[in-house]
Amino acid sequence: MLLLNHDNEQNIGDLKQGDRILYVDDVTVSFDGFKALNSLSLTIAHQELRCIIGANGAGKSTMMDVITGKTKPDSGNIIFGNAVNLLEMDEPTIAQVGVGRKFQKPTVFEGHSVFENLELAMKADKRFFKTLFTQMSADEKYKIEQAMELIGLKDSYKTSAGILSHGQKQWLEIGMLIMQDPKLLLVDEPVAGMTPGEVEKTGEILTNLAKTHSVVVVEHDMEFIRSIAKKVTVLHEGSVLAEGSMKSIQANEKVRKVYLGE
Amino acid sequence: MEKRKPIITRILENDKGGKIVLSVLFIIVLYVCLANLFIPQESAFYISTYTVTLLGKYLAFALLALALDLVWGYLGILSLGHGAFFSLGAYCMGMYLMRQIGDRGVYGNAELPDFMVFMNIKELPWFWYGFDSFFITAFLIALVPALLAFVFGYLAFRSRVTGVYLSIITQALTYALMLAFFRNDMGFGGNNGLTDFKDILGFNLQNDTTRVSLLMISFFALFMGYIICKFIINSKLGRVCIAIRDAESRVRFIGYKVEQYKLFIFIVSAILAGIAGALYVPQVGIINPGVFSPLFSIELVIWVAIGGRGTLYGAIIGAFIVNYASTYFTSALPEVWLYALGGLFVVSTLYLPKGVVGIIAKLSSLKKQNQINNNTQKAANVTA
Repeated sequence: MLLLNHDNEQNIGDLKQGDRILYVDDVTVSFDGFKALNSLSLTIAHQELRCIIGANGAGKSTMMDVITGKTKPDSGNIIFGNAVNLLEMDEPTIAQVGVGRKFQKPTVFEGHSVFENLELAMKADKRFFKTLFTQMSADEKYKIEQAMELIGLKDSYKTSAGILSHGQKQWLEIGMLIMQDPKLLLVDEPVAGMTPGEVEKTGEILTNLAKTHSVVVVEHDMEFIRSIAKKVTVLHEGSVLAEGSMKSIQANEKVRKVYLGE
Repeated sequence: MEKRKPIITRILENDKGGKIVLSVLFIIVLYVCLANLFIPQESAFYISTYTVTLLGKYLAFALLALALDLVWGYLGILSLGHGAFFSLGAYCMGMYLMRQIGDRGVYGNAELPDFMVFMNIKELPWFWYGFDSFFITAFLIALVPALLAFVFGYLAFRSRVTGVYLSIITQALTYALMLAFFRNDMGFGGNNGLTDFKDILGFNLQNDTTRVSLLMISFFALFMGYIICKFIINSKLGRVCIAIRDAESRVRFIGYKVEQYKLFIFIVSAILAGIAGALYVPQVGIINPGVFSPLFSIELVIWVAIGGRGTLYGAIIGAFIVNYASTYFTSALPEVWLYALGGLFVVSTLYLPKGVVGIIAKLSSLKKQNQINNNTQKAANVTA
């Protein structure tokens, strides 16, 4: 039945390290003639930590919007795993097959407590008639407590998310991402508004996550990128300008010209 | 192992307001029923049948307010057309009651209700079939509003219509239905509606015992409606709904199909509204297209706003306050009532964003604060 279909367990195949998990193939998005993405092609490998940089308007957020189903592109394909075409799915289905996203502006459910935020994000059967009767198992409760400890919000689990500080909200969102247990995490500006200590911890969390997941980080903070990145992609005017290690990127002529402004 | 408490106790746990409101209502209903049946009319403690009926009507309205609070308070959908679901349930019940009249009408026609004879409708329209049976009627009272909610909700939610635009469409929906039901050739009695009912399930509607039974059934329906709403709100589904209210697109990105959740709640709410309508008709004795009017649906929003949105029991309080005030003013100072209602709405939006329930909560927290202050004061005095 149309209403009750469920793609949660759609198999994207067994992936080994180094296999391709995401293939953005020749994607173009235009808004009133302005090409936000201009035949962008990009590949992310399984269990890779990739950083994406680029000036404002380079297409970073649009790229995330397209992958997560928020924006439909004019042309191109986005293949997840071996054969799942993300362009045929709506946002919840994409989330269910295993793509998680943290937004640039932290959006948590302000009316709910920290615990409830994590509970809602937790990987589970998310069809409405299941959520009506479900009871939390001890195992699930333990998982949530673990996540709370990881993001340093263990003592405020009853606190409503609306009164958390900016940095705490950022972490809560990361916690929600962890609870979702997606195969691919898209993380938009995770350290904006964080103190140096918090930045360091966030870097640790993300590096740890990349051991078992694929992580794509969009950031402006070059210091942060340098500390975590193995491979960096530079976007410029909606397509890939350069790709490689941080060192090679910094040495790249084109990049220096358009991005580092030299 | 800990003994499991009965389900209703578990649902009402931590819901002090709900427990108080339901208990007070229960005591009032019980007293009214007993006093009407067993206390002689001369006594000062006697309750008139008029009051019994009035209270029954308030209870039906309270159930309607509860239904609205479920979608508005917990899902953020401000429906300005909930009167439509109420009216559909009411018309279903009205049609059953019309069929119960049989050949006792003015024209003595056993086949057709009076208004059809009067309007020259020769044959019973197909959509009146089945209303001879109470069982089928009871089924349709839930089904017809649910079906409308499904079709309307499916189209509106799938197109992601939200906020003010959705409110306007709901308003248009009830307005369109009102115009349709006003037409004589629709076969629902036109602007006179359905009235002159005689029996329900063979019991004379004018009898005190029937009236008292209807009152008790109305209370039971409200109670069950409250329990169902509370069960939904307490579940994980309820938390998803509040999340949808606060940050809809975020809910999509963690994998919930928002449209299905909205549709589910909307249909549950429509069914509750339909049942409220069905309880309203036999007690008030008439149903006409006036209840489809947008004005009624807006007034309903005012009940919930004044009582306190998003608490469920606040909706019940609001329905009682406004309707009691309406009954009082329309007989004592009829020209003042509409201004008073408007004023009430303005005051509650400006000064009582959380309604009457909000003031009570504020007062009790002030009292607590005072106590804490006093205690610290005392402690300070002692140490000094």
